[in-house]
Amino acid sequence: MTRPAATLLKLDAAAAHRDCFVRLQNVDKVYAGRGGGLKAVDNVSLDLHDGEFLAIVGPSGCGKSTLMMMVAGLSPVSAGEITIRAQNVTGPYTDVGVVFQRDALLEWRTVLDNVLLQIDVRRLRRADYEKAAYTLLERVGLAGFEKSYPWELSGGMRQRVSLCRALIHNPSLLLMDEPFGALDALTREQMNLDLQKIWIDTRKTMLFITHSIWEAIFLADHVIVMTPRPGRIAAVIKIDLPRPRRLAVRETAQFGHYAAMVREQFQAFGLLKES
Amino acid sequence: MHSPTANVPETVPWVARVSMYAYPTATALLIFAVWEAVTRAGWVSSLILPAPSIIIATSFENLPLLLQMSGTTAAEFLLGFALSVAIGLPLGALVVYARPIELAIYPLLVAFQTLPKAAVAPIFIVWLGTGITSKVLIAFSIAFFPIVIDTVVGLRSAQPETIHLVRSMGGSALQVFWYVRFPNALPAIFAGLKVASTLAVVGAIVGEFVSSDRGLGYLVLVANGELKTPLVFACVLILTILGIVFYFLVEQLEKFVVRWHVSSRQVEAVGTY
Ligand SMILES: Nc1ncnc2c1ncn2[C@@H]1O[C@H](COP(=O)(O)OP(=O)(O)OP(=O)(O)O)[C@@H](O)[C@H]1O
Ligand SMILES: [Mg+2]
Repeated sequence: MTRPAATLLKLDAAAAHRDCFVRLQNVDKVYAGRGGGLKAVDNVSLDLHDGEFLAIVGPSGCGKSTLMMMVAGLSPVSAGEITIRAQNVTGPYTDVGVVFQRDALLEWRTVLDNVLLQIDVRRLRRADYEKAAYTLLERVGLAGFEKSYPWELSGGMRQRVSLCRALIHNPSLLLMDEPFGALDALTREQMNLDLQKIWIDTRKTMLFITHSIWEAIFLADHVIVMTPRPGRIAAVIKIDLPRPRRLAVRETAQFGHYAAMVREQFQAFGLLKES
Repeated sequence: MHSPTANVPETVPWVARVSMYAYPTATALLIFAVWEAVTRAGWVSSLILPAPSIIIATSFENLPLLLQMSGTTAAEFLLGFALSVAIGLPLGALVVYARPIELAIYPLLVAFQTLPKAAVAPIFIVWLGTGITSKVLIAFSIAFFPIVIDTVVGLRSAQPETIHLVRSMGGSALQVFWYVRFPNALPAIFAGLKVASTLAVVGAIVGEFVSSDRGLGYLVLVANGELKTPLVFACVLILTILGIVFYFLVEQLEKFVVRWHVSSRQVEAVGTY
């Protein structure tokens, strides 16, 4: 039995990226606007493998959220190509949990109903997920607030609800845009520990955007540093720290070394001036 | 439960609750007292301004007639309002969802709104006769505009992330509408409904003034012609009550439907420093 050459070639290509979940190739994003438009993302290529935790850090306005929106299939690329499991992304990718930079809670739904929105829209059976929703909410310290409305919560509590909403349906890909930006330092550290635990337990593929160098290094397998707008990839730093990582890991020399590498990138852009 | 505070509703302080009604009532009573005194003293003829006590007495004397006329007028503005909702809401949604419709009719809507309805009311009568139909349509033509505009504003005001969210859950355009756009538009829609509820009453009376053989507006004209000024005032009194009750009902519906919205949160709405 012989295969047509074209099919063989395709199979080979597929085999080469077997464990490549999300792949960006020369992706550009230009927002239409006055004066010929604004380039937000410039020629970004990256691979996100199955079960990998990838963190992106970069200065404000460098195109991180834009990049995430394109991966989610919610915003079209201007040039280049994004594939998920070798399929071209042309519309919303749905086997995903998204945490947006703004919490995007629906004001007319209770905390529990906001989490279960995920279930309602997907036409799954509510009864099958209600218990999981309670468990998730308790895990992020929101037990007792299930019947509260979003306006009765603090900014950090709201963001934790949207985290639960992204996890409830057990998606294989998680996209998180500064999910802990609104939390106080203490809660943030707790959430980092919790997220690490969830990730170790489930090994979900993760694209995690943050402003915090510390948070990126603590959580990720790879940290991508982006340049100021238009966002390009300045460096990819592989983080070789054993898991589970403890908070004290940041006092180690190795952690300090990674932090210095990221900081040097920022300083090369003219950010973080020390005098 | 970890946090007992989560489910305990904050109560409005009773002082705030009482003053919410006490202040307007006191103001109204004061005005009526002065009014009563001035007319009793004989400073103005009761042909021009009858005393409140006379107006109320007249209202009771003519209660069957007034109720019958109220029925007609209420039917006119209720039907006019219902028609405004039935046409205004879908039209607003169409304007938001269909760009060609927006381009084709939005400017015309605005032009129609700037048209003084009282001036075209006689045309409605010519077209539709002096019966209830013409009044309903005049009430509709005045009341539906704010509903359309506020529906459009409301449907457009959804936070983009919430729409993206539902789409990333595989939600269809229809699901985006039901889960996000429509509920998000409700506070704006109710703002439109409240304005429309008062305009519908105006529309019904305008229609009756132009030509009619029943209704409170008709009775005002007849009583005025016969120099029965107390009866004119009695009509105005009943009409005011009808209008307030109708507005109040719409507002109660709003409080029930959008109790999550800032405007319905009593604690913040009433409590001040
Ligand atoms: N919908 C839009 N239309 C036009 N321009 C946009 C839009 N969204 C973002 N931009 C522009 O694209 C650039 C990148 O925005 P983006 O939100 O991706 O930045 P970011 O890296 O997420 O920043 P931050 O860390 O502050 O969240 C910014 O300069 C912004 O002005
Ligand atoms: Mg952002």
